[in-house]
Amino acid sequence: MSLPSEPVLAPAAEPAAADPARPAEGRGPWRTAWRRLRRNRSAMISLAVLLAVVALTLLAPAYAGWLGIDPFRSNLAGTWMIDGQSVPVMEPSTTGLGLGVTPIGPTWDLGGYFLGADNQGRDVAARLLYGGRNSLVIAGAATVLCLMLATLLGLVAGYMGGVVDMILSRILDVLWAFPVYLLAISLSIVLLTSAFTIGPVTITAGSLLLPIGIIGVIYVPYVARPIRAQVLTLRQSEFVLAAIGLGLPTGRILRKDVLPNLLPTLIVFVPILLALAITTESALSYLSIGVQPPDASWGTIIQDGQTLLYSRPWVALAPGLAIVVTVLALNVLGDAVRDALDARGHGR
Amino acid sequence: MLATIVARLGQMVFVMFGISVLVFLIFFATPGSDPAARIAGRNASPETVAQIREDFGFDRPLPVQYAVMMKRLFVTQDLTSFVNRGQKVIPEVLDAIPATLSLVSGAAVLWVLGSLTVGVAAAALRDTAVDRGLMILSLIGISAPVFWLGEVMNLLSQSRYHDTWLFSWVPGLGYVPLSDSVSGWFKALVIPWITLAVLYIGIYGRVLRANLIEAYSEDYIRTARAKGLSPTRIMLRHALRTSLLPFVTMFGLDFGALVGGAALLTEVVFGINGIGRLTFHALQNLDLPVILATVIYASFFVVAANALVDVLYAVIDPRVRA
Repeated sequence: MSLPSEPVLAPAAEPAAADPARPAEGRGPWRTAWRRLRRNRSAMISLAVLLAVVALTLLAPAYAGWLGIDPFRSNLAGTWMIDGQSVPVMEPSTTGLGLGVTPIGPTWDLGGYFLGADNQGRDVAARLLYGGRNSLVIAGAATVLCLMLATLLGLVAGYMGGVVDMILSRILDVLWAFPVYLLAISLSIVLLTSAFTIGPVTITAGSLLLPIGIIGVIYVPYVARPIRAQVLTLRQSEFVLAAIGLGLPTGRILRKDVLPNLLPTLIVFVPILLALAITTESALSYLSIGVQPPDASWGTIIQDGQTLLYSRPWVALAPGLAIVVTVLALNVLGDAVRDALDARGHGR
Repeated sequence: MLATIVARLGQMVFVMFGISVLVFLIFFATPGSDPAARIAGRNASPETVAQIREDFGFDRPLPVQYAVMMKRLFVTQDLTSFVNRGQKVIPEVLDAIPATLSLVSGAAVLWVLGSLTVGVAAAALRDTAVDRGLMILSLIGISAPVFWLGEVMNLLSQSRYHDTWLFSWVPGLGYVPLSDSVSGWFKALVIPWITLAVLYIGIYGRVLRANLIEAYSEDYIRTARAKGLSPTRIMLRHALRTSLLPFVTMFGLDFGALVGGAALLTEVVFGINGIGRLTFHALQNLDLPVILATVIYASFFVVAANALVDVLYAVIDPRVRA
């Protein structure tokens, strides 16, 4: 980036490698990238935050078990002890006509109703952990699916070239131009209304596989395009031409020569896609076309909290904060991974 | 340049065709369920379903069904809703456009001004606390789901601080047409504008900062410095001008995408009766004809907007013209 401040006139000192006592130490590109990442403090903090989020959501059943509650069953008639007093979980309204109930507010006591109850009288804190598990599982699975589909499409299109490439590229153009949320809505509305069968797998309407499939598919073009471009370049590189010249089978060339060179690009996409998938999942669930009740996700809890927004804001605030923290950590980590792998020119 | 434009428009038509086929396949040819029953909505009588099957030609070959769908969407425009019996869908969609356009245009003004400020300030004060603070804020803006941010804004402006001088002017949720009252329109939209703009200020601010910093390592900036131009002039007249080119493309794409449905979440949170909220309501009632119409119209709009941006780009940037 910056020019040396003054021209170097004297010959450089003896290179370190010439010192027989300290032989030059080779370091692979992966080691180098990892070292760079390790030295990036914000990246390490983000990684720690992400691990903490994952650990917390894994603790969901343990927490619910410790509380002795089922966060998926409504508890409209239940009571709860606060400061030695028995309080109904759904407090009857004391103003106006005395109609309607307000769920119990945050107790800020981890022993129960830490964040209060939703309008089914369910413990929001426990649901937040369970919901986080669904949000993360969906994001992770959708990311894997998206990367696999995109790699497959990019490899086939870029390596085969010709008519295959033309057809696949045009299909990707169409998907690319299709607004993401509209595509997701179209797919959800059709798929959520009825169970359907693909080969041996029957997918029921409430299955988590639906949001995973939808989110995995809609972001394919974003990854497949750069992958295809890179495969196109690799196809012309000398080592691939040599492998072809040696008559090696195509499958082996793709696996041993092309794929390893795509890995940095794919890795750079992982945090970006995870962040996108978490946001998209929450948006779809908020629109009630993502995770279906009684299952929870951060998006569905925000939706649950919408009717309680002015009376019990924490129902909606808490899952939103969870999303912000997780996605923020993923974005910071994403920047750092990109810098560490120095994937300039690849990806986007 | 004419050839570039014609080629781009040709591609646009192809993509529109592709999208319409894809939508057709999703709505009418997914295996396992009856499209006529799906269009009829919940609890439809068998007669209605039979009528729809006849009207849409579901017993005829797929290409004919496709042609019927496109004819009803664009030529006769007589697609009707079965949930709200007899409601013509296309006029409903067209009526919703002004609200969406109002929301998106106002937010666009905010996000262009905001991101220019953030990007230029961060690049000029590179590696200072201001730069780092702005970049962290931008990242937080990018990470917050827009519908949640909207709820937080509602909580503050409609409930918690509504009685203070800060938010007492905020009207209840909903859209006021510009033709009814200019000030009402403006007041109703200020909070939604800010909410929608936050994400884009974050994205554009970060991109602009990166572009500016890259521009500063180029020869022409060194030349400008060597000529003794003032730092302000170098920033605004030299670095910013080249950095704005990718900005223009991004702006066109995002503006198009927002009008074409991406503003959906903001519209739902703030109760603005635009295309997005129309789609949302149709989604809740399983009103398929409305969704079909909004999806096709909106995505065609997005594709056309993208093509327009590329043509404009060819006009602005001499390098693309060749």
